[in-house]
Amino acid sequence: MRNEKTTEEVALGIRRRVFEHAMRNNGGYLSQACSAAEQLAWLYNEELRLGEPTLPAIPAPFGGVPSADNPDYHTGAGYNGPAAPEYDRLFIAPAHYALVAYATLIETGRMAPEGLEMFNKDGSSVEMIGAEHSPGMEVHNGTLGIGLSTGAGLAWGRKRRGEPGRTWVFMSDGEVQEGQTWEAVQACAHHGIDNLFAIMDVNDQQCDGAMSSVMDVGDIAAKFRVFGAHCVEVDGHDLNAIREAAAEPHEGRPLIILARTSPFHTMSILEERFPRLHYVRFKSEDERARFNVSIAADLGVAPVDLSE
Amino acid sequence: MVEMVSRPYASAFEKFAAGNPDILCLSADLTSSCEIDGFRDRHPDQFVSMGMAEQNMMSFAGGLGLAGFRPFIHTFGVFMYRRPYDQLMASVAYPRRKVRLMGFLPGITTPGGMTHQSIEDIAVMRSIPNMSILETGDATEVESICEAADSIDGPVWCRVLRGSVPRLFDTPIRVGEMRVLSEGSDVLVVTAGITTEEAMRARSALSRAGLSIRHIHLHTIKPFDHAQLLDHIGSVRHGVITLENHVTEGGIGSLVAETMADAGVGKRLIRLGLKDTYAHGGSRAYLMRYYGLDALALVRGIETLTGQEFGITEDDLDHARVDDVHSLVKAEAL
Ligand SMILES: Cc1ncc(C[n+]2csc(CCOP(=O)(O)OP(=O)(O)O)c2C)c(N)n1
Ligand SMILES: [Mg+2]
Repeated sequence: MRNEKTTEEVALGIRRRVFEHAMRNNGGYLSQACSAAEQLAWLYNEELRLGEPTLPAIPAPFGGVPSADNPDYHTGAGYNGPAAPEYDRLFIAPAHYALVAYATLIETGRMAPEGLEMFNKDGSSVEMIGAEHSPGMEVHNGTLGIGLSTGAGLAWGRKRRGEPGRTWVFMSDGEVQEGQTWEAVQACAHHGIDNLFAIMDVNDQQCDGAMSSVMDVGDIAAKFRVFGAHCVEVDGHDLNAIREAAAEPHEGRPLIILARTSPFHTMSILEERFPRLHYVRFKSEDERARFNVSIAADLGVAPVDLSE
Repeated sequence: MVEMVSRPYASAFEKFAAGNPDILCLSADLTSSCEIDGFRDRHPDQFVSMGMAEQNMMSFAGGLGLAGFRPFIHTFGVFMYRRPYDQLMASVAYPRRKVRLMGFLPGITTPGGMTHQSIEDIAVMRSIPNMSILETGDATEVESICEAADSIDGPVWCRVLRGSVPRLFDTPIRVGEMRVLSEGSDVLVVTAGITTEEAMRARSALSRAGLSIRHIHLHTIKPFDHAQLLDHIGSVRHGVITLENHVTEGGIGSLVAETMADAGVGKRLIRLGLKDTYAHGGSRAYLMRYYGLDALALVRGIETLTGQEFGITEDDLDHARVDDVHSLVKAEAL
């Protein structure tokens, strides 16, 4: 399934949707749309080989958790198409990027815009922290640092079964502080897992602020290399650079693309909030109004009508 | 109208810890979400930023204990025992380090879904030798949790409420005791944490229905005064009902069940809480209704216990407080 839009258009559409949502809800994971829109747009619009969605365009309500008494339970992976051998799989490892991921599903025609209206509503499956039953999700990743390991296991298993499809993991840079991330790379190197691909949003941000002030992680590209990954660093807002990075040969090793990004790219007024950008909640109606006008102008849309 | 207190932990922790060089404040990248951002800014010498690396933080705290410090470690409760459980055992619990584990967003008080909801932490902590367990149910308990935890000679697990917290009590936590909130003779209700407020909402409707409720609130779950609980059980006709923000296995329902079984008490017990299920994400009021943790669920449980129907509906209960999703007392989305 290929979209009619260019990847640039998809990225802009993602930002517009997340902006509108954040305005209406007095805040949200807005900065993650600034940093990650190109990465998710590129994955869904051109890089991933995915089949047609198998779940309804308008997401069904929450249908219960996995249990022997819940035989109809299913994950939200069907929005990425069927899990056929030839298709790729994607995990959104930092589950708080769900809002951006849902906007991507809408922009690439995999979910109806109504899906975003259900975001974080009681009884909805479109959860704020993407759950495994949420659209586009196949596993629970709200506890950060477990996504790459799951991806490694799935990739190893698919290789053993001779499946040509690749396993992709979208990661955040906060995850490199968790030891498990490094254990995953170590296992990939040891077992020669090269059908695993990761792209990481290196926005230098975490909940408490700039990563260097919270827990410095140093030269993560060098660390990934010595742990045994093929690691490429690119400007995460430069689609051509991302495309070239994805084409690099990496036999016997996983490919990890570090997408260096700005947490206020395309929404310049967000810089006012630096270095606290993890979750932007407007502190006053005045601030909300100023951000509304400024970001709308940056994104080339009319300000969101906040009167309702 | 119940008094609401804004960010009681923020001021209580600062008042307690500031200037005491043996107390250290550790944080795992959830500093404002755990209300210690002001402390970090005003007392940087006592603040140790550990980043999002809970396993390391746990053993690091054990090491600080070895150096004579009493670290208060802060993150969401769920991140403080699931991944770093082995570190909690080996570095903290076994050697009885004076590490104070301040776990925020207990149970379904977070909309973050399974990965953010600590629904089995009390069961886990109760089974750890050397561990003590405290749970806060109101602002006064949050305000006194630091002193209470620090009075204990060993590690302490604390379930801490944050944001806008109701004041229900006017005396601080006294470790090892329990609060007797009413002294009726029909049914014993045992609650802890946020379920105490729910039980209080049902109080007047139940008394109008002619039922005499004995209500116990637990802030100390371990160590536990079994003898006192048995006295209360002995004072009621019908039996006991527990309501907890936790799975019904291993929490306060189990604690009461074990106490009764050990003493050979033959009364009925109904345990309300999460019934062998994970929860999902949603508002606290929705989750309490959906999973049967609220005042109405308690009323239905009491009806089952007594074999009577009182015809009580939501309208007969005291009003539930609805948390403002975008309240400024909440720093982050979660
Ligand atoms: C194991 C674990 N610890 C803590 C958290 C809480 N948490 C959620 S997002 C986050 C920040 C991580 O940084 P990053 O993913 O880079 O976030 P950004 O601010 O860039 O969106 C933290 C600490 C978590 N979800 N999982
Ligand atoms: Mg980041």
